[in-house]
Amino acid sequence: MLSKKQAKIFFLGGTIFFMLIFIGMSVHSLTVGIPENTNDSDITEEVKLGKLMWEESNCMGCHTLMGEGAYYAPELTRVYERKGPIYIKTVLNAPNGWGPRGRKMVKYDFTPEEVDGLIAFFKWMNNVELNGFPPEPSLKQ
Amino acid sequence: MKFKSQSIAYHFFSLSMVLLVLQIIYGFIMGFAHMGYDGLHEWIPFNTAVTTHKNLLVVWILSGFMGAAYYIIPDESDNDLYSLPLAKLQFWSFAIVGVTAVIGFHFGWWEGRKFLEIPRPLDYLVAGNIILFLVIILLTLLNGKQKTTTSWVLTMGLVFAALLYLPGMIYFDNIAVDSFFRWWVVHLWVEGVWELIMGGILSYLLIKITGVDREVIEKWLYVVVGLTFLSGILGTGHHYYYTGGPSYWLMVGGIFSALEPLAFLAMTVFAVQMYRKGNKKHPNKLALYWTMNTAIVSFLGAGLLGLAHTLPGVNLYTHGTLITAMHGHLAFWGAYASLILAIISYAMPIMTGRKIYDNTNGHLAFWCSNIGMIAMTAAFAAAGIAQVYLERIAGFEFMVAAEETKPHFFVLIIAATLFTVGIIFFIINFLKFGKPTDDAIQSEEEFEALKSA
Repeated sequence: MLSKKQAKIFFLGGTIFFMLIFIGMSVHSLTVGIPENTNDSDITEEVKLGKLMWEESNCMGCHTLMGEGAYYAPELTRVYERKGPIYIKTVLNAPNGWGPRGRKMVKYDFTPEEVDGLIAFFKWMNNVELNGFPPEPSLKQ
Repeated sequence: MKFKSQSIAYHFFSLSMVLLVLQIIYGFIMGFAHMGYDGLHEWIPFNTAVTTHKNLLVVWILSGFMGAAYYIIPDESDNDLYSLPLAKLQFWSFAIVGVTAVIGFHFGWWEGRKFLEIPRPLDYLVAGNIILFLVIILLTLLNGKQKTTTSWVLTMGLVFAALLYLPGMIYFDNIAVDSFFRWWVVHLWVEGVWELIMGGILSYLLIKITGVDREVIEKWLYVVVGLTFLSGILGTGHHYYYTGGPSYWLMVGGIFSALEPLAFLAMTVFAVQMYRKGNKKHPNKLALYWTMNTAIVSFLGAGLLGLAHTLPGVNLYTHGTLITAMHGHLAFWGAYASLILAIISYAMPIMTGRKIYDNTNGHLAFWCSNIGMIAMTAAFAAAGIAQVYLERIAGFEFMVAAEETKPHFFVLIIAATLFTVGIIFFIINFLKFGKPTDDAIQSEEEFEALKSA
């Protein structure tokens, strides 16, 4: 029968072993995988401004990006391709705030540079490799 | 209780109760908004409500953990708390920082990163506060007459939870890198070190309630937390499937995520077996109910419902939908909320001397909140499945799908009302206990409790 000491060794040994594997995989992901998949060199100052606006406006509090966020407003990973820059600009500049089908978006007072930054950010995001996400709807008419 | 200083836990438990009520209110705001009733949009838009709802959860659970540690560590180490005034200072600074963060969210003072929205200046205050908390706990433990496995597992859980907060405080220009580290914090908390804390508290409660030999319980505690890390560390991979990481995470995350329910199942079997082996019948039925609830519902919510959408092929369609909300609600309720309610139910009679062990309010609280939460989970599941089919498979626009899920949010609100009734009953009991009293200080609390049964 398992003794307490053996149980402790199982816990400590297992934890350290899997933690080391995890750290190794994380280092590889951070130094090779993610920079390649996300085209790290394409992150311009404009994209950085867009990301800052994304966070300061807490867009994730309603939308999802790469599937992460809240589920009150559309997924925006491929919004650049799906809707195009003019549509995005219209939404961000809507004088009374955007509100499709009665669901209201917060009205933000972005400067033209900030709007361009957000569009650049979505354009960059559009080309990020996400292992097939979001999936192509198989039954779309 | 053994020491007067343990009663500082009461402050933390009270704070937990207040924040839980607020969390529920913000949940209702969101539920109504999903149905189209967003009259508060000008003052509390959805993103404010969601951020407040989630952070209140984190803060009230942490407050419960801290209260539990202040109660358990002196008892386990047979040593008075290192410093009661410092613990009081830690409580008030924790409460003030927490409340400031919540108010700040209403003025757009946030970082806009899911679960880690607390703005950077407050992050430093949180870090300072946690360091003070850990110093008090560690000095109490290290100077204690005995250092039990239960108290070490609990304390190590708290120490690593604090350390893991740090990667979330680094700024990255690449949002995929930011997300990668965000899951170091969030996943390795809830499916890692928080389970150490959970295992520690659960094992303490089982020792007290079932009377099973400490050596037996602590041996299995090692096995349970061992299984948790064995599956949970690489299980982080399920957050890296579709967020910019390499494709090997699909396989690694998939395999280890599939093992994660085993850790929760082990926790359930552990608690049920210890209960069955138990030779003494502790009179505190409510504490027993909540303890067993933690062990069982965490398996259902975190284990099974997690497994329901964690395999890469399924997650490709369910990732970023209401299915996540389904899993999240029952998981947090089972694993962490129930646990805090269990330790409150166990500790309050001992701190106040009022033996509310088995009353109608307590049973109503237990059944209404559990049935309410399970019904809420079902409503989220229905809405999530509808969303997946309409949006991800049939290719309808987001808002077209959202219109169709409105009836499920009506059901959600009905279920949440029942849940709230349960929580109200729990709080009525909590208020009935009154405040801790010096008369309740005695050395062998559990046997005193047995004698009076």
